Amino acid sequence: MTIPPIDGIVAAPAGGNIARKRHVAVQVLQDPVAICSLAILLILILVSVLAPFLTDQDPLKSSLAQTLAPMGQEHLLGADGVGRDVVARLLYGGQTSLAAALVAVGVAFAVGLPAGLLGGYYRGRADAILAWASNFMMAVPAIIVLLVVMAAVSQSTYVAMVVLGLIVSPSVYRLVRASVVSVREELFVDAARVSGLSDARIIRRHILPVVQAPSIIQAAQIFGVSIGIQAGIAFLGLGSPNEASWGAMLNDAFANIYVAPLLLLWPGLIICLTTASLALLANSLRDILGGSRKRTQRHLERKRDAESSSAREASTPAPADYAPVAEDVLLVVENLKVNYPVDGGRRTVVDGVSLTVSRGQVLGLVGESGSGKSQTAFSLLGLLPPEARVSAERLHFDGVELNSLGRGAMNRLRGKRIAYVPQEPMSNLDPAFSIGSQLAEPLRQHLKISAKEARTRLLGLLERVGINDPARVYDSYPHQVSGGMAQRVLIAGAISCDPDLLIADEPTTALDVTVQAEILDLIRSLQAERNMGVILVTHDFGVVADLCDRVAVMHTGKIVEAAEVRDLFANPQDPYTRMLLSSTLEGATPRPPLNRKPGVPNSTRPNPALPNRAQTA
Amino acid sequence: MVVFLIRRLLAGILLVILVASATYIMLNFTGSDVARNIVGETATPEQAMAKAAELGLDRPIGVRYFDWLGTTFTGNLGKSWFNSVPVSTTLLTALPVTLSIILGALILSAMVSVVLGSIAAVRAGWLDKSIQVGAVLADSIPGFLVALILAMVVAVNLGWLPATGFVPFQRSVVEWLRSITLPSIALAFGATAATTQQLRGSMLDVLRLDFVRTLRSRGLSDRRVIFKHVLRNAAPPALTVLSLQFIGLVGGAVIVEKVFGLRGIGSIATSAAVQGDAPVVLGVVIVMVVIVVAVNLIADLAYGWLNPKVRAE
Repeated sequence: MTIPPIDGIVAAPAGGNIARKRHVAVQVLQDPVAICSLAILLILILVSVLAPFLTDQDPLKSSLAQTLAPMGQEHLLGADGVGRDVVARLLYGGQTSLAAALVAVGVAFAVGLPAGLLGGYYRGRADAILAWASNFMMAVPAIIVLLVVMAAVSQSTYVAMVVLGLIVSPSVYRLVRASVVSVREELFVDAARVSGLSDARIIRRHILPVVQAPSIIQAAQIFGVSIGIQAGIAFLGLGSPNEASWGAMLNDAFANIYVAPLLLLWPGLIICLTTASLALLANSLRDILGGSRKRTQRHLERKRDAESSSAREASTPAPADYAPVAEDVLLVVENLKVNYPVDGGRRTVVDGVSLTVSRGQVLGLVGESGSGKSQTAFSLLGLLPPEARVSAERLHFDGVELNSLGRGAMNRLRGKRIAYVPQEPMSNLDPAFSIGSQLAEPLRQHLKISAKEARTRLLGLLERVGINDPARVYDSYPHQVSGGMAQRVLIAGAISCDPDLLIADEPTTALDVTVQAEILDLIRSLQAERNMGVILVTHDFGVVADLCDRVAVMHTGKIVEAAEVRDLFANPQDPYTRMLLSSTLEGATPRPPLNRKPGVPNSTRPNPALPNRAQTA
Repeated sequence: MVVFLIRRLLAGILLVILVASATYIMLNFTGSDVARNIVGETATPEQAMAKAAELGLDRPIGVRYFDWLGTTFTGNLGKSWFNSVPVSTTLLTALPVTLSIILGALILSAMVSVVLGSIAAVRAGWLDKSIQVGAVLADSIPGFLVALILAMVVAVNLGWLPATGFVPFQRSVVEWLRSITLPSIALAFGATAATTQQLRGSMLDVLRLDFVRTLRSRGLSDRRVIFKHVLRNAAPPALTVLSLQFIGLVGGAVIVEKVFGLRGIGSIATSAAVQGDAPVVLGVVIVMVVIVVAVNLIADLAYGWLNPKVRAE
């Protein structure tokens, strides 16, 4: 018959995945808000169903003598404008409201969910027809349709609620369709399709999980809206007079608003209680279903607050307790540590990294994924996810201690003197702004130049990074250019303020092999031309050999070996380096078994990548 | 984009015709005897038949439908069956009332939800938590209850703002503002809550994206990144929710108008529907659908402006 509003919604998307369902149920029972809401709803349902046993008053029997009777023995909460018992009307009214809302939600989802899946997944003609039908139904406000239907066809609340369910089903359809369309374009769905999964399976595995959270919110909204609208039409004086309902109580109370304002309170209160419990329950469910994301986010914000407070303290220049460093040294990092909160503790991902970059020097930071190389790079930029905790004995950039920089000072440095080239070009451009405008924005901020000037400069830069038609690309949006082009754009953006240090995080990994070589050439020539220091994060020794002067090999958060590139290739000291090299280089000797415990460096060289060029000379 | 808008406009016109036709047919299939209602229970069958003939109700439904469609196309919405006042006259006097409170509510919800949604997305801790819980609760309370509470507390008990009545804009801007303040707030409640929740959620989604980090790597301030880039990328879903909410506002106006004793489209619709005054009901439906189509067009425009991919298509 009808879908129970909450259970139905959770069960439908999780379809067949019993383990998951149980999991959600357990989590719900651990959430106090959810328990309270559930309890209130259960009590309301019970009390409504058991109304005949809880009161012997007739909710419909009016009595002139009892008109507006006060609270007392006979009428616990008094009687209304025509002498009907308020308690009885509240209890019986609950039956009407809850059943009516169930009908509406059931109809809305029975129609909207399949329609949304169909339209969003298959697009094409079905989608066009559904979109049209949905617009058609949504174009008229529900109340107006209900007024017409109730005045013309039937005064029955349930007929009205079926109609209401139909009227609101497009909102379910739209929401489901939008969610489906958004994932449908995702790569993993394409991958699933290419790998031959059936549509039904793709929908169940990849599409429904995306749809379920918004559906829950929507179901709660529809349930609340239905209770509200049902009360609303009864409040307007429509609906069967032979039915006790909360809305009819409000109608009566509104007529007596100056005489007995308390009459407004009871139905008002119980409507609020019902709808609020529903909304809170749905909200808890939503939190549980999307839990992990929310948790990170909370950390993120707390950290950001902390950051801003530390920024205030540290607006003064860095303390001058650093040892003087050689003239051409750009960056000195000593004992950098990064850790993240995990269940019941903190996990260290960068563990005492020290390195140095000189002007004009290219340092390769090599390691497998998870070795902490990207984390090291981001911590230099101050761009780690805010739940990360960073510490370092020294984090020294051209005479400035980055550790003690406030947010504003760091922003003045970032982009202007330290620049960043990301790994995945397409996701690193803001899709909502033209390429030109998002490149010009930081340029204008750092250099205080006009939009026109910024454009001229950027067109030159775009040409410099090998874009043939800079004016067109400048005015394009990110989705209109290719991945290789986007990476050139990002490189142009990174070097636009003539930075001293460029941090490139696997800048070629996401690109075609042919484009990779071009981008590497570009980085090399720009580096030489501008005498930039570069930290190149990579897992590819080919790239290292091609581009780097020095290389630091990272493993489980530590630098296990650092050396001039030539040295490292000729004579790797650390077994881990040897293993990495032999696994990359063709024609290498068969690799020996790795018997060293991970994370324990046994290099004979001084560990940090200090500038000891003399060693190779 | 222009072609797209023209197509949407044509679709909108077609929609108006279809919705109006559906309403017309429903109203004329209902079987309730309008002529009998007008002349009263005590009238003779002959009197009722004469009334029906006068209103043209004795003709076949097909003929009546095309006749109605023709006259409606010329902009003539006919006369009320009950008081013979032209429908357009009734609607024109009522429209400013309803439009005032609906637009007031729309502007209010858009502004408040951008502020609250951004704060909730960016700020942690109690502020985010209370905005979230507040939005959930505000969303859950039916608008007309808010209206009742506001009417009771602010208007009746405190006497700060008028409890009933509407002052036209032309007569006094201040009085007009005072008369629409409470109805607009009552209407805006739910729409604001829903839009705030959506905006918070989509901003959190955008904040996790790579380009936010890259923008920050260029030295843009957090404020700039959040209010320019994150908000812009998070806006389309919020806009969708807001445009969905708009139709709810139109419906909500019906009840809010009753609470505040406003003679708007809603109260006209209520009384016409109860009486079975088909020309007035039809007029109301046409006007409402036209408003909804217009708002959808504006939303489409805004959506395209916000989302370059849509614009390119």
